[in-house]
Amino acid sequence: MPERTDIAYLYDGSYEGFLCCVFESFEKREIPADILPEDGAQLSLFPARAIPTEASRASRVAASIPRRISREAEEFVYTAFHTCLHCREIRLLAFLRLGYKAGPAVMHMLADETVAPLFAAVRHAQNEAHLLSGFIRFSEYGGLLAATIAPKNRVLPLLAEHFASRYNACPLLIYDETHAQALVAEGGQWRIAPLAGFTPPPPGAKEREMRALWRAFYDAIAIEGRRNERCRMSHMPRRYWAHMTEFARDGAIAPEESASLPAKAVWEAGG
Amino acid sequence: MPGASALLDKLRILTDAAKYDVACTSSGLDRKGRPGSLGSAAACGICHSFAADGRCISLLKVLMSNACAYNCSYCVNRRENDVPRATFAPRELAELTIEFYKRNYIEGLFLSSAVVKDPDFTCERMLAVLRLLRGEYRFGGYIHAKAIPGADPRLIQAIGALADRMSVNIELPSQKSLSLLAPEKKKEAILAPMAQIRAGIAESQHEIARYAHAPRFAPAGQSTQLIIGATPETDRQILLLSSALYKKYALKRVFYSAYMPVVAGPNLPALSQRPPLLREHRLYQADWLLRYYGFAAEELLDEAHPNFHPLLDPKCSWAINHMEQFPVEVNRAPLETLLRVPGVGVKSARRIVAARRAGALNFDALKKLGVVLKRAQYFLLCAGRPFPGARLQEEALIRALCSRAQVQRIEHPVEQLSLFDPTQEDIALCLSGQI
Repeated sequence: MPERTDIAYLYDGSYEGFLCCVFESFEKREIPADILPEDGAQLSLFPARAIPTEASRASRVAASIPRRISREAEEFVYTAFHTCLHCREIRLLAFLRLGYKAGPAVMHMLADETVAPLFAAVRHAQNEAHLLSGFIRFSEYGGLLAATIAPKNRVLPLLAEHFASRYNACPLLIYDETHAQALVAEGGQWRIAPLAGFTPPPPGAKEREMRALWRAFYDAIAIEGRRNERCRMSHMPRRYWAHMTEFARDGAIAPEESASLPAKAVWEAGG
Repeated sequence: MPGASALLDKLRILTDAAKYDVACTSSGLDRKGRPGSLGSAAACGICHSFAADGRCISLLKVLMSNACAYNCSYCVNRRENDVPRATFAPRELAELTIEFYKRNYIEGLFLSSAVVKDPDFTCERMLAVLRLLRGEYRFGGYIHAKAIPGADPRLIQAIGALADRMSVNIELPSQKSLSLLAPEKKKEAILAPMAQIRAGIAESQHEIARYAHAPRFAPAGQSTQLIIGATPETDRQILLLSSALYKKYALKRVFYSAYMPVVAGPNLPALSQRPPLLREHRLYQADWLLRYYGFAAEELLDEAHPNFHPLLDPKCSWAINHMEQFPVEVNRAPLETLLRVPGVGVKSARRIVAARRAGALNFDALKKLGVVLKRAQYFLLCAGRPFPGARLQEEALIRALCSRAQVQRIEHPVEQLSLFDPTQEDIALCLSGQI
């Protein structure tokens, strides 16, 4: 039985870094009190031990997941790591320990208290990525397609294949301002890199014309006699609107005044 | 391209003319991007926005032209209606599609048209757009094309070879209604291209089974739509028609469009009539029961009850009339049985089946799986035990299944109206036993 300790692991925030924490936990036969990224965003009351990221350790843990649990679990752990679930690292360590014991069946233990919150978090991230695959709006700047998003989960790894394949003929950049990183893709290849900030250049004449045409289409396609704000907001929550062309007017993409609606709480109270 | 503002006006007119068409889905086909070409398709379909009416925007849905030669009385584009007319040049529309697609505004193009001169001429114009997109622009995104009834079968064939999905509007739920409101459209002329598309799809699937690179024909299948509430058919008649269309023509989808009075006419409902949105909603619910839940149309409505209950969804309604089949045991019931439990959807049912392999489930476990028990609690047993406090007496049950807002509306009729809730008339009819 591994021993519960009051030590918090600090890692570099990367997936490989997290896998090294898993390695450490097995090597030392202990369960840490917490696993935290060392960027200092979260303060811990526990004494900390820095866990260095070593490719050889990370790849041993990575290879063990499909071998001892399943391929499905490998993808699941990777996706769950990129969600916004609170304490996801320590939960994933518990999940992996459970998985190494239970084998592939762990993916069916949906009612288990370790497994259930991770499944819910993965569903949340996948839903967010699916919505964004439609709601992302590119602008064209001299042949480059660029977009900004503000997702709750780190969805770029979930979106990369889709956009790299669809727009393989044009270079593109998707900037995630929440997590200060960007997806860059060209010719079907992609990578995700940290990016502190991204300010798009002013749009050209063609870009402005296309935005105006899209807004004209968006306004014309709605049937006035069926107007239904609640239905629109439940399908397309307001937090996505800030980066969508149809709710912006000339120049930068920012919400226009006339599109602003009563706060969400008002709608809920009204329903 | 013409001047920017001329194009803007044209787009407004031709979008406005197309907005009553319902189908905007981009589903049914997985196609990866190919090097050097623009676009791909995802089997689940992708919604790119939602309009102010809450409907999904997936495709650039426009008419090629709204200068119609026909005079169908329910249609806003009818010949004698005084509206501005416009027509896209093929290159203009192809370029607009590409520019919108590049910016991820859309999943592809939904191309329909009023009948300009005659069906053949109209189809040739549409075909010109598709050829530009697939040829010159190497466009790999989704294309949904309307077949124009009465066009030369060779043109339909050529469109199907370039489009992903095709559809022929059946327009109205019966031949009688069709001849009353759209005398220039004939049932045979609508069914002929439908049958041709069905045959084209079947043949291409057969070929693909033999050679991977055989030419494809409408690989995302065929759909149709019909208007409800303009003519007197019952829900039962409509659902039987849909069911027959799914079986006979192997359709992927039947879409329903609540009649929105846009023109006055002697054979039409008054302009003041509100669109029957609740009825449309019920038909969609029932349609899903046909396609994903293993229900038959005859099970959901019979001659004694030819219309859906305004307060209960079709599955609840069915369950209340079949209480002898409930409650069902969560840990043993087969998937087909779980799918018939009110409040349990396809995803929940699958999750239950997966999770119970790892151990017996109780109501707490169901909640952890994300199964919503609001309605399901009355129809389930976990390890032989019912949900604490759930009783199965019909009157109380109906009350429990209706949303609190709906019940309040019956008790306190002065209430704000929401589009998806029953109208006062619906409730009056329901309470007096007419529905």
